[in-house]
Amino acid sequence: MMALLAQVTDAGDPLFEKGVKLFSTVMLIVLIKAVLAFVILLVAVLLMVWFERKVISDMQDRIGPNRAGPWGLLQTLADGTKLFFKETLFPERADKAVFRLAPYLSAVPAFLTFAVIPVGGVVHWFGHTWNLQLADPPIGVLFSLAISSIAVYGIMLAGWSSGSKYPLIGSVRATAQMVSYEAAMGLAVATVVLKSSSLRTGTIVAQQVGTAHIGRLSLGWISGWNIIALGFVPAIIFAIAGTAELNRPPFDLVEAESELVGGFHTEYASARFAFFYLAEFMNTITMSALIITLFLGGPLGPDTGIWGLGRLSPVWFLAKLLVLLFCYVWIRGTLPRFRYDQLMDLGWKKLIPAALFWLLVIATIRLGGSTGDKLLHFAVAIPVVAIGVWVLVTAMRRGRERTDAKNAAMAAKTLTTGRPGRF
Amino acid sequence: MVDWIVFVVGAVIAIAGALGVLAAKQPVHSAVLLVMTLFGVAVLFVSQEAHFLAAVQVIVYAGAIVVLFLFVIMLLGVDRSEDVRVETLKAQRQIAAVLGVLALAELVALSRFHFVLGTKSVAGAASEPGANVELIGKSVFTRYLYPFEITSVLLVIAVIGAVVLSRRIRTSEDVR
Repeated sequence: MMALLAQVTDAGDPLFEKGVKLFSTVMLIVLIKAVLAFVILLVAVLLMVWFERKVISDMQDRIGPNRAGPWGLLQTLADGTKLFFKETLFPERADKAVFRLAPYLSAVPAFLTFAVIPVGGVVHWFGHTWNLQLADPPIGVLFSLAISSIAVYGIMLAGWSSGSKYPLIGSVRATAQMVSYEAAMGLAVATVVLKSSSLRTGTIVAQQVGTAHIGRLSLGWISGWNIIALGFVPAIIFAIAGTAELNRPPFDLVEAESELVGGFHTEYASARFAFFYLAEFMNTITMSALIITLFLGGPLGPDTGIWGLGRLSPVWFLAKLLVLLFCYVWIRGTLPRFRYDQLMDLGWKKLIPAALFWLLVIATIRLGGSTGDKLLHFAVAIPVVAIGVWVLVTAMRRGRERTDAKNAAMAAKTLTTGRPGRF
Repeated sequence: MVDWIVFVVGAVIAIAGALGVLAAKQPVHSAVLLVMTLFGVAVLFVSQEAHFLAAVQVIVYAGAIVVLFLFVIMLLGVDRSEDVRVETLKAQRQIAAVLGVLALAELVALSRFHFVLGTKSVAGAASEPGANVELIGKSVFTRYLYPFEITSVLLVIAVIGAVVLSRRIRTSEDVR
């Protein structure tokens, strides 16, 4: 039933071809898809929390949850139920309206991003042709960026409305971190968009069918997934920036427990805290799904000929998702937390210049490919890019030298006078 | 029918948010309600098939500008209500009232006499599926290239100006 190949078109969702009427089968299908996506994501979060605790405990030579249900599978359910039945508290100096609103602002965007992720191909069920994707808007990728920029509000307002200093520090850190890393993330996404010349997630997946090639030269059996076709750099940048956007270790300065108690959600308890917890894990899943869609071929896999295991199948999607989620847990189990200045350095001085440089390279190659006049374009573009990189590197080196000289002078002064020097 | 429902929902969100921005006593509440208005407008953009504008509206205004507003409000600690009876600028209210009436009159005149309605859309017909982004890109980088570049230069000047104004010049005396 699964279509063998995705349609490489920029046409809209086949479900809406005949227009949309209220109280019709189409409306019902959309509704069912929405509810199904929500339920699947919730169950996935339950399993993800268990998975993370189990894998981390294995890495730390512990047993981990093993009481509730077989292998402790129902532990998350038990924890969730407990949280929802606890008393809700308001700190005395909290801004009540915003304090109530913030958890929802965190949880709702976490779910919304999943709406544009294609988890499978096209199916023909209930007399209609439809995508295994909640929605395929023409601006799918921009939608996911827009929603991730909204997710900042949940954390920011949670910290502010608590009326307490540690949450406020946590939320200010979170906002600065998320806004900074969004730039690098956007630039990495731009390279993908340049290659697929579409913002539609369905088309981006369809563009990754087949093997990689340079111009007309095919690279044999090597897959055409964007991670290879774009030369690894954008995928790595996106993955790092995505982890920072999620506030997961090693970028979890937002809730660094040794410095900020619990960060932005210090004052939260019961169901409202559960919402933040839910949002964090939902975000991890949707971010992995986004990485799969943009760089790892989405639901594309080898065509086995078995029903349900075709070229585009949710099974492949799930397999890739599991691998990525394991990587997230692995990173959390092994890497220590960044220092705040290291975090900002990585974001602004390394990731953004690298992403910008790679965007120029991809644009040059794209231009050479589309005009056919390759030599001329490369002859013009490569020196321009080289000069740009040289200027950037020189500026960064001089800035660093100046800071180092100042620090050295300050340290010398402190040594001789015994008083700390001042900036 | 569906279009109509979407329009009503979007319009109600936008107007309720806009009224809330004015009515709220807390600057933070105003900022949050402003985000609500921007979302309502984004919904209206989507219902007009201007998907790109809707996304950019949310990314730029809701995702960046209002976040900066909130950042400034939080860092400067101006998050408390002010006494509205104090007039910071002289005759501010009267001038605002006159300008408001003028703007309203202009809107009514425009909608009544078709001064601008009926001119050709820059982005092309919305009925072309998926072409919205391409058409906007083409018009920005061909016909409106100079206005576009000049605007970006203006923004760069503003950024550099802010940096220059806020930066204290460090002399060797400072490193003591």
